[in-house]
Formats: sequence, structure tokens, C-alpha cells
Amino acid sequence: MGQIQLKQVTKSFGDVQVIPPLDLTIEDGEFTVFVGPSGCGKSTLLRLIAGLEDITTGHIEIDGTDATDLVPAKRGLAMVFQSYALYPHMSVRKNIAFPLRMAKMDKAEIDRRVNAAAEVLNLADYIDRRPGQLSGGQRQRVAIGRAIVREPSAFLFDEPLSNLDAALRVGMRMEISELHKKLATTMVYVTHDQVEAMTMADKIVVLQAGVIEQVGSPLELYRTPRNTFVAGFIGSPKMNLITGEEAAKHDAATIGIRPEHIDVVESGGTWTGTVGVAEHLGSDTFFHIHNTGLAETITVRAIGDVNLTHGDTIQLTPRMDELHRFDADGLRIG
Amino acid sequence: MARSVTPRRKLLNTTVAWAIGLLIFFPILWTILTSFKSEAEAIAAPPIFLGFDWTLENYRIVMERSDYGRFLWNSIIIAGLSTILGCIIAVPAAWSMAFVPSKRTKDILLWMLSTKMLPAVGVLYPIYLLFIKMGLLDSRAGLVVVLMLINLPIIVWMLYTYFKEIPGEILEAARMDGATLRQELIYVLTPMAIPGIASTLLLNFILAWNEAFWTLNLTAVNAAPLTAFIASYSSPEGLFFAKLSAASTMAIAPILILGWFSQKQLVRGLTFGAVK
Amino acid sequence: MATKASRSAARLMMAPAVILLLGWMLVPLIMTLWFSFRVYLPLRGGDQGWAGFSNYTRFVTSSAFWPSIQTTLIIVLGVLAITVIFGILIALLLDQPIWGQGVVRILVIAPFFVMPTVSALVWKNMFMDPVNGLFAHLWRFFGAEPVSWLSDASMPSIIMIVSWQWLPFATLILLTAVQSLDSEQLEAAEMDGAPWIKRFWFIILPHLSRAITIVILIQTIFLLAIFAEIFVTTGGAFGTRTLSYLIFQRVLESQNVGLGSAGGVYAIILANIIAIFLMRIVGKNLD
Repeated sequence: MGQIQLKQVTKSFGDVQVIPPLDLTIEDGEFTVFVGPSGCGKSTLLRLIAGLEDITTGHIEIDGTDATDLVPAKRGLAMVFQSYALYPHMSVRKNIAFPLRMAKMDKAEIDRRVNAAAEVLNLADYIDRRPGQLSGGQRQRVAIGRAIVREPSAFLFDEPLSNLDAALRVGMRMEISELHKKLATTMVYVTHDQVEAMTMADKIVVLQAGVIEQVGSPLELYRTPRNTFVAGFIGSPKMNLITGEEAAKHDAATIGIRPEHIDVVESGGTWTGTVGVAEHLGSDTFFHIHNTGLAETITVRAIGDVNLTHGDTIQLTPRMDELHRFDADGLRIG
Repeated sequence: MARSVTPRRKLLNTTVAWAIGLLIFFPILWTILTSFKSEAEAIAAPPIFLGFDWTLENYRIVMERSDYGRFLWNSIIIAGLSTILGCIIAVPAAWSMAFVPSKRTKDILLWMLSTKMLPAVGVLYPIYLLFIKMGLLDSRAGLVVVLMLINLPIIVWMLYTYFKEIPGEILEAARMDGATLRQELIYVLTPMAIPGIASTLLLNFILAWNEAFWTLNLTAVNAAPLTAFIASYSSPEGLFFAKLSAASTMAIAPILILGWFSQKQLVRGLTFGAVK
Repeated sequence: MATKASRSAARLMMAPAVILLLGWMLVPLIMTLWFSFRVYLPLRGGDQGWAGFSNYTRFVTSSAFWPSIQTTLIIVLGVLAITVIFGILIALLLDQPIWGQGVVRILVIAPFFVMPTVSALVWKNMFMDPVNGLFAHLWRFFGAEPVSWLSDASMPSIIMIVSWQWLPFATLILLTAVQSLDSEQLEAAEMDGAPWIKRFWFIILPHLSRAITIVILIQTIFLLAIFAEIFVTTGGAFGTRTLSYLIFQRVLESQNVGLGSAGGVYAIILANIIAIFLMRIVGKNLD
């Protein structure tokens, strides 16, 4: 079991309110990702759930019981920190055993659980080493190991992959996803990387300045962003957001069109411009187009290796059924 | 900064550095050498550097004249206990400041440090009176308390700077793992801070060992440590260079040897944890 | 890491240190203040009643007062200047690749371990003695008349002794700071064509500013309180009577506690002025 409910939760540091009243329910077994730019309050929110910070007003319920005033240890949650926060003076085995030792579990049971965790995470080879002798990926695994032995009702991850290099990050992403499938335990995951959010989440919570901008499945957020912030934040490369006259033609203050929803055509395109930077990735090509008569630079994704370079003229046609329209407040129309 | 330089440049640097090092060390070296000379050789003109008859006579005389062992023991007890006591009081305080900082933390820290700037002479007489009233004059217990108090700000400050290097996330992890505050301090913080704590202990031991205001003014016979032992040579015995040297060597040798064996912690400690 | 529980635990754990230091500060301070308004001569009748401000006026108007302030400041500033300047130079030298760096470092640190009474005695007798001291031999070797250091050049002598004791500390802190300087910064400056002196002035020195502040703070704390060095060498004669030493003489030698306490209050005020001044700088540089 691991349902977490936030009811009218606020958090202030001194006079500054970093989280205005907020309601959120994280269902049991769900993989929920908090995503947003740095400073949006996502980590603070996670720490409130963990009990590492007091909430200023409101209630937190875990599995239906009020946990607002419980100390972290009593909430039955486990956390994986950004820096892994391994105990440098203890071996991997002792690191993983630490929470069990604190729970005064008997030695045989501790050994059994540590060995089981080591098996699941392939830690056996370096179980007697110290964290200082491990690579980033290995440390990450140990940190996860330390979390799973407690058999918590939910896992909290605070940007766990941000200290890994790009290749490892992709690998660990898969491992965490698989772990979630295997354990089917609630996971709350904080990241600023929308790719991580899109690939891992059952449910994404997009935050900005402590406010929830939208909650939904990855594809819901991709298809129907509630406002321009979510539209710009979810998806890579970013959605083109166009204001002014062009938007007015569609009865909107802002229109949005994703780079993958613009076609490069030979003639008769809606917009004509010149290629600025062309990024050839092989599978795709991204063009940044200037001089279209629009104020904004337009990003376009073409499938495959399209042979256009800097300075070439290009014609573009957006797919009208994929066009997003937003009003003057940035909210979605229709 | 590992830079490569030409061998000639390195030789020049080495020569100058060694010359300066030896110059700074020379008074100590000279004292140690002189302690093995006879009184006549000690004041010979021109001075004799190494070519003298090495003798332990001075040490024998100094030992005979005063009870070196008792002074040494007093120094060890006073410096040792005051440092350990200071640490026991300072660890929790430094933990609070480093990991639960508030707006006032820095003020409290600076206030603590400023108590060290209160001129000792300004409060000598009151302390003297209190000591008489409490029967602490010329007692080791009294000196332990006073030296602990005068070094406490430095101990707190050093521990604070070391603790600050420990990422707070690790302590939070311990909290998530179900450790109580006491367990967090014993199983996580202290083991991680061992090098810093060792440096702190070492440096404050030396500061307490060398402290020469309170130890001179609050002791007479029973509790007098090595500072008092050596002060008794101020005059006219000071004119007997060889014996003065022997006594001096005996007063500083324990610390020099200690310093030699724990150089690494000491270098760290000497920077008061303030510079990385 | 700031929950209500941890904040109250923090207050509780800070309490012993704070209470002890508060007591250590306040109790003697109040007693000193009390005595400073009394006619109190322990050996000549004890406490003889109120003195009003007479102790204060007598202390400042005594011919020894202003010279003692001057002496104190000269010693503190002189030692600070010498240790910081030479400390930087030696730190820069030791930072260079040299053979036997570890040993040289030990040699340089060594004076810090020597207790002040010992170093004062050794310097006074074995080096500065006008007849048998090493300096006297050296002077004679060059055909010069030996100097009576502690009487004719008392202040430079004391400053030198104290500087010798504190140079290791300054050097070590500054060396640690120099070593933490990112060499890429220096290389970048070298690529930009900055000559050595400019690299020192614009990169190394600013980088050292925090370390220098710490050296100045800690040394000032200890230098204001130097006692043994003067007690053993000149006993306050030949213009080396610092404010601390003057008070010490009033209290212990002339056994005039009232007068000495008034002096103590002045010393505390002076120390506080310097402390506030220093804390301002350090407070800024501490984070």
C-alpha cells in the first residue's frame, strides 16, 4: 500500500511562500514524476512528503492516515538522494543494512534482505567495498538498494540521475522503470528533465513556482497541454510558440506547433524562410528557420537526413489538426 | 597546482625553501644542540655548532632540581582533559550550527569567538577570587575548566567548519533510514567527521599545552604544568644556557614529537578548518 | 533539514556551550565592573568602599596609559604585517615543486609548537643576550658593536619573537589557500599575457583574501592577549608595557584591584572595538 494525499499543503520559508495551497493524490503503485524548471518547488514538495521539512499548513496522508506530524522514519517511505547520500565510512553491505539495523531487525533477517537486494541490483561483486571506490552508477544502485530493503510503502527519488553521464542515465532510467514494474510500489520521482518524466512516468505533475500547472499521463500532457508553460516544457525539441498576427489568424493570443508537426514542402508552404542552424542527427534533422516573417525562430523536425544547409530557403506547412491555441492568459482554447 | 618547471628552477626553489625552513627552525635546533653541551661550550665564542662533547649532564641536573615528571603529568592532564571536555560540549553545538542553521547561527558563532577577545587580565582578579572561594586555586580541576572555556569557542568553530563539509543529505538519509538524533550523531556524523575531530583535538591540545597566562597565574606548586616549570628558569638560571636549553627541550619535546607523528591532522587543524 | 523537531533539538544541543560561555563572560565581567568602582586594596585594608569614577580617571590619566595602548597596537600591527607578508611569500615558495616539501613544511611549522615561555626565554638568552647571545657573536664577527636587544631595541625584539611564533600559522593557512587555487585560472591569465606581478595582484591575492582575513582574525585574538613573551623578556620595561601588562601590574604587582579593574574595563572596551571591527570583516567573508 502506498497512497499519498496532499491536502491544502503550503510551505513558507520565512515570509516567502514557496508552495501555495496545493492538493494532490498519488495513487498506490503509481509512478509519479514531479517535473519543472529548477526552483519550481518540486524538491521541496518531495521533502515535505518525506518529512524532512515541516509543512506550514495543510495535511499529508499516507494510506489514509494523517502523517503530517510524523518524523521521517515513521512514515514508511524510503528516499534516494541526488548525491546518493551513502555513508562513506561503511561498506556497501553496511550501507544497505543500516535502515534495518536502525529498525532493530535480527541479524539473519538483515542478511537475508541485504542479499536479496544485492541480487536484484547486481551489487554482489562490490558488496564489501566502500562507496568511495564505486562508480557513479554503482553508487546509484547502492542507494536504491538501501531504499528497497526497508520494503517501504513508497519510494521517493530526488533527481537521482542528474549526477550520471548521459549513457549511464539512459541505462539507469530503464532499471528504475523495471524495478517499478517488479515491485509495483508507489514511486515519486523528481526531475528537471522532461525526457525522464516522459519515459518513466505513469503520471506527470508539472510544477512552476510551487503551483501545479498540469497533472496527467505523459501523452495527455503531450497532446493537450493545459497552458503555454506545459506546452513549452513537455516535448523535445520545444514546441514553437507563435504570437502576434499569425496567432490572431487562428483567434488566439498564442499558437503552438510542435517541430514534428511541421512539414517541409517543395512549394506552396504556409511559411517561407531561410535555414539558420541545421542539426543533422541522421535519423532526424532539426532546422532552425529565420526570416519567415514571424517574430519567432521556428524549429522544424524532418525525418531522415534532409539535405538542406545554412542559408538555404525552405518552405514549411504546419499540420493544422496538430495546432494548439492559447488565450491571452496562456490557457488552452478548445 | 602541479606545474612542471625546469630542473634548474626546481633546484633554485628547493635551495631557497630549505634555507628559509632551516632559518625558521634554527632556534629550536640550536636549543636542542645546546642542551647537550657543557655550560662552557654553550657560551663559547665563536659558537660551536656540532663539534662539542655531547653530554646528558644538563638533563640530569634539571631533573634533580625540579620534579619534571609532575609538571609533565600536570600538562598532560590539564591539556588533555580540557580538550576532551571541550569537544564533548562542542560536538552537539557544532552539529546544531552546521545542520540546523538559523538566522542567528552566524551571530552566535561570532559571539562565541568574541568571548575569546575578552582580555584575560581584565577578568584575572575575579577569577582569582572565585578560585580562592571555591578552593580551586592551584588545582588541576580549576585549570581544566578554565582552559576548556577559553578554547571552547575555537573548538566549536573548528568542528562547525568540518561539519559543514559533510553533506546534509547524508544525515537526512540517516533520518529517513530511521536513525534517532543520537544514532545519527554516533553512527553517521562522528565517524564521518573523525579526521576533523582528530585535528580539533590535536590543535586544542597544543593550544592548551602552551597556554601561559592562566597556567602561570592560577597555579603555584600542585597543579603547575610545564609552562610554569620553564618560567622558573627566567632568571638568573637563564644565564646557564645549557641547562635552560635542556629544560626547554624537555618542555617542548612532547608536543614536537606529537606534532611530528600527526603532521597531516595537524596541518588540517592548524588551518582551523577554515581554509580548504 | 529544518523541521520543528530538529530545530528544538538544535537549541537544546547548543545550550551547554552557550550557557557556559555566557557564564564565563558575564560573571567575571560583572565582578570586574563592581571592583572598578571600589577602592579595593587586598593587602592594604581590602575593600574600602565606593570610589566613584576615580579609578577610571586615575587609570587614563596615569602616564603609562596612552603609551601602553600605543605599544599594544604597534605589537599587534607589526606582527600582523610581518606574518602576513612573509607568510604569503613563503606560501608561494612552498607551493612550487621542490624536493623534500614535507620536511620543509615541518621545519616551518615547528615554532608553533613551542610554548611562549620557552620561545621567549630562548630568544632572550641564547640569541639576544648582549654578551653571549648568538646575535652578539654575529655582530662581533662583522666587527660591529653587539646590541642590547631587549633594552635598546625592545619593541622590534618583541615583535620579532612573536612574529617567529606566529609565522608558521600564517604560512600554513595561506599555503592551504594557495594550493586550492585553480591552476586553470592562472594558466588562463598567463595565456592572456598577464605578467607574474599582475597574476599575483589580480588573481592570487584576491583568492587569498579569505585566508588573510582568517589569519588576521585569529592572530589578533591571540596577539591582544600576549603575556608570557613580555613577562619573561622585559617584564614590561623599556617601553614594552602593553595595556594587558599594565593592568596585570596594577592588579598583581601593586595589588590595586580597583584601579586594575578599571583598566580591565578599558581593555574590554578596546577589545570590543577591535572585535566589532574584525567581526564585520569576517562576518562578510565567512560564507
